[in-house]
Amino acid sequence: MPVTDVKTDVDARTLTITARFAAPVERVWQVYADPRQLEKIWGPPGFPATFVDHELRPGGRVTYYMTSPEGQKFPGMWFVDSVDEPREFTFRDVFADEDFNPIPEMPESRNVYSFTADGDGTVATYHGVYDSAEALQKVLEMGVVEGASAAINQIDDLLAAG
Amino acid sequence: MSGTTGIASDEEDRTDALFHALADRTRRDIMRRVLAGEHSVSALAAKYDMSFAAVQKHVAVLEKAGLLTKRRQGREQLASGDVSAVRSVASMLAELEQVWRGRIARIDDLLSAEQADSEEDRSCP
Repeated sequence: MPVTDVKTDVDARTLTITARFAAPVERVWQVYADPRQLEKIWGPPGFPATFVDHELRPGGRVTYYMTSPEGQKFPGMWFVDSVDEPREFTFRDVFADEDFNPIPEMPESRNVYSFTADGDGTVATYHGVYDSAEALQKVLEMGVVEGASAAINQIDDLLAAG
Repeated sequence: MSGTTGIASDEEDRTDALFHALADRTRRDIMRRVLAGEHSVSALAAKYDMSFAAVQKHVAVLEKAGLLTKRRQGREQLASGDVSAVRSVASMLAELEQVWRGRIARIDDLLSAEQADSEEDRSCP
């Protein structure tokens, strides 16, 4: 398992995950620098991601949407704040409408992705800070509905089996 | 000390209400519908072979358990699933952790597949 550490801070609504990959820093950076590679890893199974704009430079923006199995599109957008290739980039994750106009007054999250060489591998640290409980909830919107429906289906299955 | 017991029993009361609410097949079915989007109580009632009053009662049980919220629009009562009521910041961070772990696992798969390819290349020059 590549994940080596997980830290959560409920009061500060912060999640930090550290992982080690068996590839050089430059190669791991490419996953984020190349939208076609990013598409392969961003969306969970059944929710493919499509990146539309991809400007990994300070002041740039990255826009994407994920498509649900029912065909519903969930747009997402990053404002890239800093880029120190191949060591670190920071971005604000904001909510956008289907034309990628940021939705005002919507909470956002601040993210720092950093990569450090570790022997022949890379230690990657993913750090996210969420403005509010609503920001967290919004990020999880599809996951939450998916998860809640799945949980209810499991209760159904359990009772059917019993 | 009694304060702690009070909080614990409050939580147990909520858990009881939650389990009671989900212990019924019709109520679970209503939850699936309102989690997917807002429904009027009359539209929900039309889906089941029971009286409007019976469906309204099921909706009231779900509302009491904090699983759905209702709002009024003219003569209609609109119900939607309230996932935030049953999700704490801690559980949302845990869920987000699963999303991030999924991405990390996919990066690992992508990178290891390449490595396997290049090793194959080396063994068959």
